[in-house]
Amino acid sequence: MLNKSAIEVAHLTVIRGKNTVIPGLDLSVSTGSVTGLLGPSGSGKTTLIRCIAGIQIIASGSVTVLGSPAGSATNRDRVGYVTQASSVYPDLSVRQNLAYFSALAGKGAAAIDETIGNVGLTPQADSLTGNLSGGQRIRVSLAAALLADPDLYLLDEPTVGLDPVLRRDLWKMFDGLAADGKTLLVSSHVMDEAGRCDRVLLMREGGLIADATPDGLRAEAGTDDLEEAFLVLAEREAA
Amino acid sequence: MSRTIATARRVLQQLSHDPRSIALIVLLPSVLLVLFKYIYNGQPAVFDRVGPQMLGLFPFIVMFLVTSVTMVRERTSGTLERLLTTPLRRGELIGGYGLAFGVAALVQAVIGAAVAIWWLDLNVNVPWAIVLFAVVDAVLGTALGLLMSAFARTEFQAVQFMPLVVVPQILLCGLLAPRTSMPDVLHWLSNVLPLSYATDAFTELTHADGFNGTMTRDLTILVGCCVVAIALASLTLRRRTP
Repeated sequence: MLNKSAIEVAHLTVIRGKNTVIPGLDLSVSTGSVTGLLGPSGSGKTTLIRCIAGIQIIASGSVTVLGSPAGSATNRDRVGYVTQASSVYPDLSVRQNLAYFSALAGKGAAAIDETIGNVGLTPQADSLTGNLSGGQRIRVSLAAALLADPDLYLLDEPTVGLDPVLRRDLWKMFDGLAADGKTLLVSSHVMDEAGRCDRVLLMREGGLIADATPDGLRAEAGTDDLEEAFLVLAEREAA
Repeated sequence: MSRTIATARRVLQQLSHDPRSIALIVLLPSVLLVLFKYIYNGQPAVFDRVGPQMLGLFPFIVMFLVTSVTMVRERTSGTLERLLTTPLRRGELIGGYGLAFGVAALVQAVIGAAVAIWWLDLNVNVPWAIVLFAVVDAVLGTALGLLMSAFARTEFQAVQFMPLVVVPQILLCGLLAPRTSMPDVLHWLSNVLPLSYATDAFTELTHADGFNGTMTRDLTILVGCCVVAIALASLTLRRRTP
């Protein structure tokens, strides 16, 4: 199982309206790792994640997730998708939101309090989700995914707007999940978060411009700064 | 089944955080009914005819509005997209909505019927049938709301569907004038609109001695319309979107 890839994308093409958003993409993500999906906004990160979640209509190619086609019924309790907008109910309390998503995943209510603690929301457990800050809402959304205990996490920009301490804690949690054999695909447009991943996929205009470890990226671009590495690689690609 | 119940509970919890909506759903129909009664104080026959029909109309209107707005919110906030990536089936989602608003309609109908019968002296021989038809009307409103929400991009648009989908049915359902007295074209049109059968049933209720064949026919047609609307609504819940 360890050597098997959790995600296999082959010749993926996505067309939206008249725009080709992803023009033929190949990639694979191995099981039990944290893979960063980095790139500027508009580079196709969310579209790619939606393809893997099985909710994006694709023009051609194939997306295989945990051995089945993306979006197949068997994958629905094995894949946890946290969208960029915190997709939880603003007019429910934190606890009520989590109780609902836990019930959908067929899990009991036992883990709810612990999970609320893990994302640092114990004082807000009975607050209305709509009254929380943006960063807190994202954590409610993340907690809803954690409760389902999926094998694959698709996290679309989960650390936007979080303070550095919380960001560090969340990345620690991601590492812990990967150590337990879970696979995480985490998108971000903040390049310094790339350094926290086992592997980095750099996207630009729907294509991959790099697929390497953070150290590999630095070596390839000949700089220690990941932000600069992105610039170097993007310019090399354009040339 | 447990996911249907979890969804119904979630919808009712959302409602419980919104006391104004609860008041609108539970009390407003009764208040309007009382108002109507005293407007026609001098003509008790009018209230005896139209009063029960209004008891059937309110749950339909209210649940149509509440459902279509709630569902548009689900679609635009990303929660629907998320739900469709979980093991929740589309039928379970729709069933959960139907169940939650069905329960709300039950409370509304019981209070409305109690007010009408004990306070406003409405004469009905089968009061439980009022509640039954009111709940079926509410589920019909919910089903049509679910369906129409697919065509609205914003909550504002969803509210605009009220004059489009609901008002013509109110005009043609026999509330204002008996359907048989309408020009042929309008009569035919009223024949294919579900609210006509709800109004027929409530008209029948006012002078029937018991649950009769006409009411059974109306009930069958209404349940059939619910099933068709729900089936169409489930088709609009696409897992994959462009």
